[in-house]
Amino acid sequence: MKRLFTAAITFFAAQAALAGVAIEHWTTGNGTRVYFSAAPALPMVDVQLDFAAGSMFDPVDKAGLAALTRGILDLGAGERDETAIAEQLADLGAVLGGTADTDRASITLRTLTAEDKLQPALAVLEEVLRQPRFDGAILEREKARTIASLKDAMTRPDSIAGKAFWEALYPAHPYGRQATPESVANLNREDLVDFHQQLYTAGNASITMVGKLTRVEAEAIAERLSAALPPGTPPALPQPPAPVKGNTVALAHPASQAHVFLGLPAIERGHPDFFPMLVGNYTLGGGGFVSRLVREVRDKRGFAYSVYSYFAPMRQTGPFQIGLQTQRKQAQEAIKVVREVLDEFVAKGPTEEELAAAKANLSGGFPLRLDSNSKLLANIAVIGFYGLPLDYLDRYRERVEAVTADEVRAAFARHVRPVDLITVTVAAD
Amino acid sequence: MTMRQLLPLLLAPWLFSAALANPYETTLDNGLRVIVKEDRRAPTAVHMVWYRVGSMDEVDGTSGVAHLLEHMMFKGTPTVGPGEFNKRVAAAGGRDNAFTSRDYTAYFQQIPKEKLDEMMGLEADRMRHLNVDPKEFEQEIKVVMEERRMRTDDNPQAKLFEQMNAVAFQAHPYRRPIIGWMSDLENMTAADARAWYDTWYVPNNAYVVVSGDVDHQEVFALARKHYGGLAGRALPMRKAQIEPRQEGPRKLTVKAPAELPLLVMGYKAPILRNPATDREPYALEILAGILDGHDAARFNRKLVREDKLAVSAGVSYDNTARGPGMIYLYASPSEGNSIGELEFALRTEIARIKQEGVSAAELKRTKAQLVANQVYKLDSVFGQAMEIGQMEAVGLSWRDVEVMIDRLQQVTAEEVQAVAQKYFDDDALTVGILDPQPLDSQPRRQRLPTRH
Repeated sequence: MKRLFTAAITFFAAQAALAGVAIEHWTTGNGTRVYFSAAPALPMVDVQLDFAAGSMFDPVDKAGLAALTRGILDLGAGERDETAIAEQLADLGAVLGGTADTDRASITLRTLTAEDKLQPALAVLEEVLRQPRFDGAILEREKARTIASLKDAMTRPDSIAGKAFWEALYPAHPYGRQATPESVANLNREDLVDFHQQLYTAGNASITMVGKLTRVEAEAIAERLSAALPPGTPPALPQPPAPVKGNTVALAHPASQAHVFLGLPAIERGHPDFFPMLVGNYTLGGGGFVSRLVREVRDKRGFAYSVYSYFAPMRQTGPFQIGLQTQRKQAQEAIKVVREVLDEFVAKGPTEEELAAAKANLSGGFPLRLDSNSKLLANIAVIGFYGLPLDYLDRYRERVEAVTADEVRAAFARHVRPVDLITVTVAAD
Repeated sequence: MTMRQLLPLLLAPWLFSAALANPYETTLDNGLRVIVKEDRRAPTAVHMVWYRVGSMDEVDGTSGVAHLLEHMMFKGTPTVGPGEFNKRVAAAGGRDNAFTSRDYTAYFQQIPKEKLDEMMGLEADRMRHLNVDPKEFEQEIKVVMEERRMRTDDNPQAKLFEQMNAVAFQAHPYRRPIIGWMSDLENMTAADARAWYDTWYVPNNAYVVVSGDVDHQEVFALARKHYGGLAGRALPMRKAQIEPRQEGPRKLTVKAPAELPLLVMGYKAPILRNPATDREPYALEILAGILDGHDAARFNRKLVREDKLAVSAGVSYDNTARGPGMIYLYASPSEGNSIGELEFALRTEIARIKQEGVSAAELKRTKAQLVANQVYKLDSVFGQAMEIGQMEAVGLSWRDVEVMIDRLQQVTAEEVQAVAQKYFDDDALTVGILDPQPLDSQPRRQRLPTRH
């Protein structure tokens, strides 16, 4: 992947780029899975810890717990209060980040690798992992901020549509459970401490590192961070989401544009149909300006600035989603066009020409997915967190190339039955 | 070129470009400049074409034409049909897009490195041979109106900023929104777009930026091959439109469906014109970092964390632009606090800096972040090309980056205090307030019919 310093190594590295990325993998003494890729060109390193501690683990009446726990994690730890953490990191030029999604809670650290920067920055991260304070007054402040932001989101058509979409797709699964001002108001410190104790453990974590480190240095860092966590095991998963029946949810709003989502629960991470779905969806609505949806909805009719479709494979069955925004009076007409495009595609699949174009872009453009440390980190963290095969990136192109039109049709027939599609509109006339 | 030399220089990263003679640049006979930043880490490249024309070059009645033309640039030439540009980029494994700002319009492709030749062919073709087909125009103007609805009309915060600019600037074209007023979009014609293209899209009004796994000599040769044959043409005179000095505070309110109020205080502020000798724009940039550069910077620490008056607070200041500058302070009050209390709190923070200045630790901290960011920015091939492009767009050079980093390191606490005293001046202030309205479920007002 990375060009190094001599001609010989450069030649070798260029060959490696065609194959993918060298990912080194091991497990720490405390049971944390580690994924490392050396990137020696720049004197910096990115470290990411992922815990299976996303919103899918929110208890029934405590929606918002995962997000709040992750949000407050680095606002005071051990000897350092929130100001000391922020000031020390800024002094080092280091950046601590991360967020919680449905599946994962992540903590990221980007720092320079000079010894007087790297070690103190790691010390802050280590303390955040070992001893977050969950200070009661800070919790109340962050609850108030979260509630204010949730209330504001519920005035915006895109957020309203998004919330309704997930609720409709996952009526009986945690993926459909959304934080509300009320659910957040009821959270208390004990909830956060319990959630943290159960899930922020070495056995429930993966560590990804990309940067200017040797294997020996990377091992030492991983041991140090992992040792700051209690042991522990991954949590049990909820029952997988049940299939849904077709339905329409129409919500009123004064906006000038309607926001429209169509979709259903489709596939999980690691599903054998992933590559046929990826290649097929490129033609349908994933391929940016060249997709059928863009051609029919935007180019031919001028209905929308943005129209797309995608699959979001998750730990459990993630959604297939089509989205667009259009003037409220023409929303129904736009939905009709989307339906026709989808029906046609599901029935007949891509043409040979479209299939070839999809492969050319996905396979040919593969190096663009990996041309920075940030992109490498994101890709490797997904491989680590979801337990995808270590040769996933190496084999990405060959698996794209191997997809046939029949496989695309079969995969869409299995996972995207148009009759089961849920339609959510906000502000549509 | 070897990357090995890079490492000892890291304590003085602003010496990078000088020490490594990277980027490289040349100018073709027709006036087109080509700038190349080699980054050999991965087998990819970014190809960008920047035109020195943005919404500030528009005139009243055709606001939005710069951005509309950006859309039309994908609608075909005599040899590349409508939509074919995107198809060829996609077939090459690439991703492409474009963006229009007040100061410039730029087009880019992110590609496997071996596709650069083909991309240059495509960009050179549409630099001088665009069809502005009336049929394509009729569809695309609708797309742009949908874009305006999405980005501005249904976005209360964006609408507030649009109104702020319209009030803060009177003579200068920065008063007009980049996307254009809706009525101007409704009245736009294909001929407007055609005239814009014919006037501004010439090689002597453009420059090419390439970054990634490329050899600069090879890039220069490719540029000569593709762009070298395009004829330059004299550009119209650009008349300076100088914003008169503001002589008293201005205030505006936007009412829109929302929950959180938003307060924006915008002060007229200087722009960097001479990177070597200017001082104030650097001091203001450092000041912005001290107020809002990290989670414990003054605004977040005091207003959000300690006093809990605001749910968020920040500062925005860009000291490079073709036109005049503003420094914006903004905040949303927490429940139970009013916009008035929040404005008082922001003013109190400003008064503290004016009276007491800033600490040595704060100054050092902001500079340390700046140094680290000089390393982090090298991680993005796209970001490196963007930095070069944006510098050139505002009349500076990529060569000025190292000067700017150096001058930022020289800023003193006294200079920071002095610019606070000088520029946080009520007579140069525009206050904008988003006044949230309850959400009734009906469209709020009759909208003008869309022209078809």
